[in-house]
Amino acid sequence: MSNLSTKHLLGIKELTAADINLILNTADSFKEVINRPIKKVPSLRDITIANLFFENSTRTKLSFELAEKRLSADVINFSSSSSSVKKGETLIDTVNNILAMKVDMVVMRHPNPGAAVFLSKHVDAKIVNAGDGAHEHPTQALLDAFSINEKLGNIKGKKIVIVGDILHSRVALSNIFCLQKLGAEVMVCGPTTLIPKYIASLGVKVGHNLREALEWCDVANMLRIQLERQEIKYFPSLREYTMLYGLNKELLNSLSKKIIVMHPGPINRGVEITSDVADSDQSIILEQVENGVAVRMAVLFLLAGRV
Amino acid sequence: MMKPRIILDSKHFEITVTRLCYQLIEVHNDFSNTVIIGLQPRGIFLAKRIQKKLSEILKKKDIKCGSLDITFYRDDFRKRELVPTATDINFIIEDKNVVMVDDVLFTGRTIRAGLDAMLAFGRPNDVELLVLIDRRLSRHLPIQAKYIGKTIDSIASEKVKVEWKESDGEDKVTLMNF
Repeated sequence: MSNLSTKHLLGIKELTAADINLILNTADSFKEVINRPIKKVPSLRDITIANLFFENSTRTKLSFELAEKRLSADVINFSSSSSSVKKGETLIDTVNNILAMKVDMVVMRHPNPGAAVFLSKHVDAKIVNAGDGAHEHPTQALLDAFSINEKLGNIKGKKIVIVGDILHSRVALSNIFCLQKLGAEVMVCGPTTLIPKYIASLGVKVGHNLREALEWCDVANMLRIQLERQEIKYFPSLREYTMLYGLNKELLNSLSKKIIVMHPGPINRGVEITSDVADSDQSIILEQVENGVAVRMAVLFLLAGRV
Repeated sequence: MMKPRIILDSKHFEITVTRLCYQLIEVHNDFSNTVIIGLQPRGIFLAKRIQKKLSEILKKKDIKCGSLDITFYRDDFRKRELVPTATDINFIIEDKNVVMVDDVLFTGRTIRAGLDAMLAFGRPNDVELLVLIDRRLSRHLPIQAKYIGKTIDSIASEKVKVEWKESDGEDKVTLMNF
């Protein structure tokens, strides 16, 4: 089996465990490629990819663009702040106009959940979801799985806790699907107001005490507090949040075993995670970023194989 | 399907590999400035075998041999299912003489991709091609091997199968007709 079961990458939910493993294995080969003196391969030299970012992004956008360029694809970039979306053009019209210029694949981030699925039904191109609202962020989950696998050698049977703003997080949902498909146990931990009511129906544990969660896990994925998505107050103050759910060096050192600390970025230093934890040898935050390029190369390569 | 025809049995296989090694030594002497690169997946067996044989003949342990995966450089990756394998070249090929090794030379497309892929590791001084079997009538590109185990005339519908003791239990080359 060396083909994905899907034409698009819309979410982890639609992938099989075999798909995920194929992507991670292919990413292994690409990680070797991006550590060569010449980091570029010609695989996608006849493919044009449009990066459509209807929402701000640094890491994901750069990472995708780098992945595309290292596969020798032609790349066009689009961000909604400087486009005709401001003039009232609809999503389908925008994308169809771009596709009329003969684009083969679309990488899209959009503030509305389901935007990628919607697009895949209405336009004729390969769609890669780079984050749709609070729904899914599949490539982030894949690179997180790749990083855990690289660090621990295996994901099956490992315990991973996702801490923080689960309610607004697309990273959390994609991670839960991905880790469960690979056989890991997942817990979410945070204030009651930031944990969706029905999350336990996905088969995850729910905790509200950070120390207990950290004692239980092998890996802690610390999510960012997404203040920009919070229209109402979900906790009394950032200071109180940090006291209850922030990870500092003292807490990390007092645990009975050495756990791995991850963060999808951007970090609010001193809020969900302190600087000395983010820069410690238990943190693999920068490895995650490096692996992101390899994983995205794998996704684009495997999807383009079906153009 | 016709009965498969044996091109090389295990005895002739061994003789052929040994002859290829002596031909290499004639040109490359003690291999101090020469490296061997096997093409994944099936060229690796021959490359390793040649490395081992050369070490025995030259009584030298440090003959360099790497493996190169060419999946990302192929011109047909959208036409067939391809699974990338590992590239393992832990030396620099800048200014080295490279002997590229594959089991069967057929259309020449694999070698074309191999030459492209190799350039990511530096600019070699000189590149030669060594193959166990040369299907000389089937070339799509102007590529020839310098060292050839055995040349055969075959048509496109035939298939050459190279088996290795390491993976298949026996050294053998057969020609199959479909």
